[in-house]
Amino acid sequence: MKVLRIISLGVLGLVFLASLLADVVAPAPYSKQYREAPNAPPSRQFPLGTDELGRDRFSRLLYGSRVSLLLAPAAALLSTLGAAVIGGTAGYWGKWWERMAVTLTDLFLSLPWLFLLLTVRALLPLNVSPLASVVVTFSLLGLLGWASSARVVRAGARSLRSSDFVLQARAGGCLKRRIFFVQILPNLKPVLSAQFWISVPAFILAEANLGLLGLGVAEPLPSWGNLLRELENYSAVRSNPWLLAPLFLLVAVVSCFQILLSGEESFQ
Amino acid sequence: MKRSIQLLVFCSGLVGSILLAQSGNELRFCIRSEPKTFNPVLVDDESSETIRYLTGGVLIRVNRLTQELESELALSWKVADGGRKITFKLREGILFSDGTPFAADDVAYTMQLLMDPKVNSPTADSFRSGSGVVKASMVGTHGVSIAFPAPIAGLERLFDQVAILSSRSPRKEMAVLGPFMVSEYKPGSQILLQRNPHYWKRDEKGKRLPYLDSVRLEIQQNRETELLRFERGQLHLINNLDAILFDRLATESPSAARDAGPSLESEQMWFNQVSSSPIPDYKKAWFRSMNFRRAISEAVNREDLCRMVYMGHATPAVGPIPPANRFWFNQVLKPHSYDVSGALRRLEKEEFRLQQGTLLDREGHSVEFSLITNSGNKSRERMATMVQQDLKQIGIRLNVVTLDFPSLIERISRNFNYEACLLGLVNADLDPSSQMNVWLSSASNHQWNPNQKAPETTWEAEIDRLMQAQASSVDPRKRKACFDKVQQIVWEEAPFIYLVTKNSLAAISPQLKNVTPVPLRPQTYWNVERLCFVENLAANR
Repeated sequence: MKVLRIISLGVLGLVFLASLLADVVAPAPYSKQYREAPNAPPSRQFPLGTDELGRDRFSRLLYGSRVSLLLAPAAALLSTLGAAVIGGTAGYWGKWWERMAVTLTDLFLSLPWLFLLLTVRALLPLNVSPLASVVVTFSLLGLLGWASSARVVRAGARSLRSSDFVLQARAGGCLKRRIFFVQILPNLKPVLSAQFWISVPAFILAEANLGLLGLGVAEPLPSWGNLLRELENYSAVRSNPWLLAPLFLLVAVVSCFQILLSGEESFQ
Repeated sequence: MKRSIQLLVFCSGLVGSILLAQSGNELRFCIRSEPKTFNPVLVDDESSETIRYLTGGVLIRVNRLTQELESELALSWKVADGGRKITFKLREGILFSDGTPFAADDVAYTMQLLMDPKVNSPTADSFRSGSGVVKASMVGTHGVSIAFPAPIAGLERLFDQVAILSSRSPRKEMAVLGPFMVSEYKPGSQILLQRNPHYWKRDEKGKRLPYLDSVRLEIQQNRETELLRFERGQLHLINNLDAILFDRLATESPSAARDAGPSLESEQMWFNQVSSSPIPDYKKAWFRSMNFRRAISEAVNREDLCRMVYMGHATPAVGPIPPANRFWFNQVLKPHSYDVSGALRRLEKEEFRLQQGTLLDREGHSVEFSLITNSGNKSRERMATMVQQDLKQIGIRLNVVTLDFPSLIERISRNFNYEACLLGLVNADLDPSSQMNVWLSSASNHQWNPNQKAPETTWEAEIDRLMQAQASSVDPRKRKACFDKVQQIVWEEAPFIYLVTKNSLAAISPQLKNVTPVPLRPQTYWNVERLCFVENLAANR
């Protein structure tokens, strides 16, 4: 198991490093259309061939990984923070605040996410650069994705509320706010960390789903979502198996995250 | 256990074979959605239109191959009073599918029903020429005369859409004069049309048409599934195939893939010129400049769009009328040429300047705008991305935004909160009168600046005048001259930047004979009464 974790860490590190160094490693700019060579097979010039617009797939995969791997953790951090504030305070303070937080959480969980994202995306200003659009997409994912984590965090905070050390702090005359920041939050760290690592692959997949609907990251910026859209043409996949590269990478990264997460849980 | 499974497989194979044998002379293809109505007078969707075409009998039919008018239930016709009146001489001895005889009073009844304001028939809109009543009067038992309050351009062509109903049949609109009649309808699944035993047409050898026994229309939205079913032999036709799927089919079964050449469908982009729209004034000034629009048009490489997005199954578009519309297309016009330096020269005329790879207007604003299109349409998304790179060459930054269709419609037709849009246009009718709602400045579909109280530019005023002139004349040459001029103005002013004209692509089973795909709807089954299968060809001969 430990070996598997080390391998996973290595794979993730390699993918992160390659995507961070995309400017150096990528053989071509991600948006450059080599119109004389659309749908080209892998070659020395184009290691994973070109897409239907003649863009180098390998370069797009590197830049796409950068987008997905940098912004998915950012969105996960945003949603975990939301979960910590809402779930943590609800679990610790209880009473009317807890009831309100639970109602809000249930409401967010019952919302049809996809339609909500479509609506919010449609309401945004049109003249935003592709980079701004990708930040907006992931911010939306982060802002809307805190609810399920908040439930887990609330349960954790509730159990801490009646723990001996909290009771002792209260008996010692500590202020509620101080107890929350000094006693509760640090002890919620393992739960929050687990929720963060669960959210990362979830957001990567959510962006991929939006990309499949044509609503994720705007062209010409690549992301795993819009790279996966090529797989819709199954006959092309059959004759050009290298089209599966983004899928393999996505599966590998998500699996590595899961292995690391399960390792962390067992450690805890 | 293993034996039971084998037996089950054998039985299901046997049942399948029996079903296939039973449906040996049955044509199968898909419609995209549930038909809204079986009443031909109320048709306003594509699926209902398909059923009307297959079941309805009309007085005059536009031959989809020659694009000429042909007599059907009317032996002859005559337009009089400058397009205000049309008189038909009808065929005798014709019966509706339920055996009720066809006579002049059926035509009068159909016209009365069609024009009844309470019925609110979409087909009737083309016949509404002015205030007043449409009068249909019988001329003997087999003649009918229809008078309109004002002249109607291309009047006789409009009767291609009018399926005649029986005034006497107890089956009402289900009694038909076309080659097939609705026999079974399973909502959400399929519609079975059976051969009309009383259909009047016969082939050259006197054999009663249609050759097919039935047509089964399956309701299927997913085009991938449709193609898969076609490849398995479960369907015989696919109309209007997407270029990507067509290319796939052409690789896998070349004999089934049929490209009928340029269709009546084009893809175009336009700029928002609505004066009250919530976009900055300096951008409105760009979009209202003819030189700016023409520069954009000349900076787009249409040949590349055709080659890469449509795999060569498209041609650079010229204007509102594609070459497939033989009579109305203005032969003099050619697509705007791809000329980057020419585009920059045009922009210089409007005091734009290129500075470190960025185009700036006279006030120093960098030229950047967004182009919206509907999400999920891969061809449009690819086109937009290619236009994005083309415009980068002249220093313009284009932001491509894909929106779900309702949001897009909201922006282009209600709040006008957009800058440029890329969409397609289908010319369902050959006659330019059907495009009045696009070209008149007061029209709601005048996309770049709809619902104008008075034309805001001189060239729009000129288009209004020419469109009114062609619509009020019955002289085809005069109408053609007017509409040629409209096409010329649109070409010069580029309110719509026409990008590509798509080819009419179809999938046709090699088992099916007498199929001649054409660009006009319905592309593959326009001569449905003459379609037959190879195994039944000898019997039909």
